[in-house]
Amino acid sequence: MDAVIQTEGLGKRYGDKWALAECSLRVPTGTMAGLVGPNGAGKTTLLSMITGMLPPTAGRIQVASGAPAAGPGQLAKVGFVAQDAPVYAGMSIADHFKLGAHLNPRWDMDLARDRVAHLGLDQKQKAGKLSGGQRAQLALTMALAKQPSLLILDEPAAALDPLARREFMTDLAEAAAERGLSVLLSSHLIEDLERACDYLIVLANGRVQVAGRVPDLLAAHQPASVQEMVLGYLSSARDNAGAEVAR
Amino acid sequence: MIWLTWRQFRVQALALLIPLAALAVALIWTEPGLAHLYAAKGLNRCAVPGDCGQRTTAFLTAVRSSKYPLGYFLGGAVLYLFPAVIGAFWGAPLISRELEAGTFRLAWNQSVTRTHWTLVKLALTGLTAMAIAGLASALVSWWAAPVDAAGGFPLGHTQLGRFSPQVFAARGLLPIGFAALTFTIGVLAGVLARKIIPAMAVTLVLFAGLTYALPAFVLPHLATPVTQVAPVIPDLTRDQVLPSGQIVVADNSLPGAWIISNQTITPSGQVFILPQSSASTFASACANPAQAKCTAWFAGQHLRRQVSYQPASRFWQLQAEETGILLATSLALAGAATWKIRRYHP
Repeated sequence: MDAVIQTEGLGKRYGDKWALAECSLRVPTGTMAGLVGPNGAGKTTLLSMITGMLPPTAGRIQVASGAPAAGPGQLAKVGFVAQDAPVYAGMSIADHFKLGAHLNPRWDMDLARDRVAHLGLDQKQKAGKLSGGQRAQLALTMALAKQPSLLILDEPAAALDPLARREFMTDLAEAAAERGLSVLLSSHLIEDLERACDYLIVLANGRVQVAGRVPDLLAAHQPASVQEMVLGYLSSARDNAGAEVAR
Repeated sequence: MIWLTWRQFRVQALALLIPLAALAVALIWTEPGLAHLYAAKGLNRCAVPGDCGQRTTAFLTAVRSSKYPLGYFLGGAVLYLFPAVIGAFWGAPLISRELEAGTFRLAWNQSVTRTHWTLVKLALTGLTAMAIAGLASALVSWWAAPVDAAGGFPLGHTQLGRFSPQVFAARGLLPIGFAALTFTIGVLAGVLARKIIPAMAVTLVLFAGLTYALPAFVLPHLATPVTQVAPVIPDLTRDQVLPSGQIVVADNSLPGAWIISNQTITPSGQVFILPQSSASTFASACANPAQAKCTAWFAGQHLRRQVSYQPASRFWQLQAEETGILLATSLALAGAATWKIRRYHP
């Protein structure tokens, strides 16, 4: 099975503190993978290294069979929705799409227009006037219209209310399935991921606690639910960290 | 990238271009009047130096009592301040705005590398600033050409010509070099500060420092000044006496030159100081400076005038050399900003 993301001993150190250490992953192509862990676990650090926004301190990383952000071709293969979905406040939705068309070789303008029409948004509206949910949708639309083979989202639903969050996740899952995309998204909320994801990576204290296909993980440990399983990993990670500090 | 750069830049561009266009219209409108005045005083037909001197005085007197001084000083002031505006409002926000608002995460995840993104922004905005500076400089130089040809605007005992240190940076090629330099200072300050306001402040402080330091410390070293020593008999009815007692003998023999120093020296080479004592032979001879015995007293002192200057013929040479230094520095700063962006991580 092909891996869309492959890391070996990946690590990032700030000063003398490792934000992420010894991270070895193989995320299969075509999965919708969820990266879950508490705040400060190293989720954004890992995603930043996968998108090439951040150079690693240690280890190797391969994304969509290339080095992250190595050139225009590699950048075209990966769509990224950053935390808080940054957009240009002074530019309209239409301007954002024009930007996308100018800067991406495979830009799908029909897809972009159809999506915002479906969401009931006016293309002339300035991005700065959008609600948090609408902004997240604009950022997702930008990433999808780029037609990447891998889509990465960093806490895309964090700023949304529960209803908008559910709609966003459903929408994302549908879009990904429709286009055969590989997706990796992070969240500190297990509920966001357990419904949509078929692959899970649990991150705590800068280390991968477990990673695997959801059915395999459930079969191996036989917990009552995904939520219970993830919580089990997180609490044992916390106990280990506590024990280390005690020593 | 060109479309995006223009889309993000158009408001700042128009905010600067509209007032500049208004100034350009005013200059183009008033230029024929000034050129006509120059011709009317017979200055474009004078060949005999003595004759020219009188006509020049007549022309400059007419200029002074007209509306033209406003145009002369406004044009100079705009060219002086243009680089400051470019640095603070075009350079400083160019990248820091993206870093501050987080939109760089959106921009850098399109299918364009950071280096490409930075270079297009730098080149397009920077070259636009340089082109506008060049046009504005050409326009102001063209407008002020009659005044500059007459040796410059009369100010007290001296004239402000295009080669005067106060005017030099607002003529010829230098506005282009200054625009490039403040622009790249602004960009690099923005990349390092990651915030707009501190980057603007740093840019303005550096601009003020450079405006003072370049004519004072760099320009004098570009070419060795020429020194001219000639016998002179001061005339107190005409020449300037400084509070220290030094005499600055007016010199019209070097039109368009940049006079670095003008001293009256004694036969032994010392700077000549007027005797202060009322009992001196000077005091009795020059009780009335217009009398012949005062002139005779000065003649007996065997004084010489020592002028250190850059000849008018060196105007373009010094312009090109200083502009070259500014452009090379700008290129280095642009390179540093690009390199910092390549290695930037949030």
